[in-house]
Amino acid sequence: MVTIVDYGSGNIKAITNIYELLKIPVSVATKPSELKDAEKIILPGVGSFDYCMSKLNNSGLKEVLNRKVIEDKTPVLGICIGLHIMARESEEGKLPGLGWIDGYVKKFDESKLVFRPKLPHMGWNSIQVKAMPELFKGVNHEHGFYFIHSYYIELINKEDIMTITNYENDFVSGINRANICAVQFHPEKSHSNGIELLKNFSQLKYVTT
Amino acid sequence: MLRPRIIPTLLVHKKGLVKTECFKQSKYVGDPINAVKIFNEKEVDELIVLDIDATVEKRGPDFELINNLAIECRMPLCYGGGVTTVEEAKKIVELGAEKVAFGAAAIENIHLLKAVGDIIGLQSVVVVLDYKCKGLFNKLELFTHNGTKSTGINLFDFVHKLNEIGVGEIVLNSIERDGKMNGYDILTVEKVRNIFRGPITVLGGAGKLDDIKQLTNKFKIIGAAAGSLFVFKGKYKAVLINYPSKEERIK
Repeated sequence: MVTIVDYGSGNIKAITNIYELLKIPVSVATKPSELKDAEKIILPGVGSFDYCMSKLNNSGLKEVLNRKVIEDKTPVLGICIGLHIMARESEEGKLPGLGWIDGYVKKFDESKLVFRPKLPHMGWNSIQVKAMPELFKGVNHEHGFYFIHSYYIELINKEDIMTITNYENDFVSGINRANICAVQFHPEKSHSNGIELLKNFSQLKYVTT
Repeated sequence: MLRPRIIPTLLVHKKGLVKTECFKQSKYVGDPINAVKIFNEKEVDELIVLDIDATVEKRGPDFELINNLAIECRMPLCYGGGVTTVEEAKKIVELGAEKVAFGAAAIENIHLLKAVGDIIGLQSVVVVLDYKCKGLFNKLELFTHNGTKSTGINLFDFVHKLNEIGVGEIVLNSIERDGKMNGYDILTVEKVRNIFRGPITVLGGAGKLDDIKQLTNKFKIIGAAAGSLFVFKGKYKAVLINYPSKEERIK
């Protein structure tokens, strides 16, 4: 069973649809009692950093989410801003992040982007998988995933890198530390590659540390 | 490597899909949800859906339709039509669209875009610019209300303002080329590319895959949007939803 955290941000229906299509059990947690027994957790997020953080802070879900991820080591997959809020803080907002991952969310430096368009980095882009290959089984790396963002995570520990993507320069498009995984792109909007990734996440048995 | 996007654009009129010519003579081409299902199978890069009745009828967005579309879409969805407030934009994103497009509302009140960006993120704020030549000197002017209302605003002046705000994307829509299938307005795209630093999507005029190739060869990372090309087949314009295969897209 995969449980999606519904704190009022993110494309929950698109994710549940894919799991229903795959006939994989899925649930949506809007209150702590629905999250506390989750086996796999998806943390989505769209919008701005502070919008998502304040929604999560006010959802009543943060405490149990922290416990599940940090103490119980339940596998979690963050998507887009769901990745950003795992960091310590973001240049996009003032609120602190969840701090699960030692990293800071920064805006792409436009002065380092030679070509137009500059920002946002938007469209289909390839990935290089550096860790957690089991999550990318059946995924066409070259075809890649759909991205839409102007901010990215800068990691303190390079061993937390899961995938790299190039947008004139390389940036971290996926992170992994123990039971925590997160991706900058949108698997729920990336056709068969996204379906494979979500399926693989639901079937993850061992979590690399 | 980031790739150019090839984007079917669907127009909603009286709950059905239509295709227009020069924003007129709308022809019924099918059911929106059914079309999305077919585009899912074809793995399209992205989809734009524009409700062409909302602004004219002075009403807000059709949330029921957006909800149904977003549930079906396995690709990114950009929705436009009748969006005039931050609340509406927020709701559209919550329903599962990645981007919200503004037309008349952005031209009437450009400050709205910044306010919407604060909530949904500027990367998701799209502005659709319907333009055509007007007057003695063939200046490009912006029009609203399905091309019926002249705004007196010059296209390039407005693009400068959008660049200052840093909106997520501009959809350049040539009214005169709509449905003509004679190729994109490359000259105007070039001028807008020199002003606007963010992503541009071009709509109006694509009649064959070569038109798209010409655009992407010249501008590299750009959105190539089309209506007729992806809903009609053959010289008699029989309705048939189509889209280039992955192999054709790489060429």
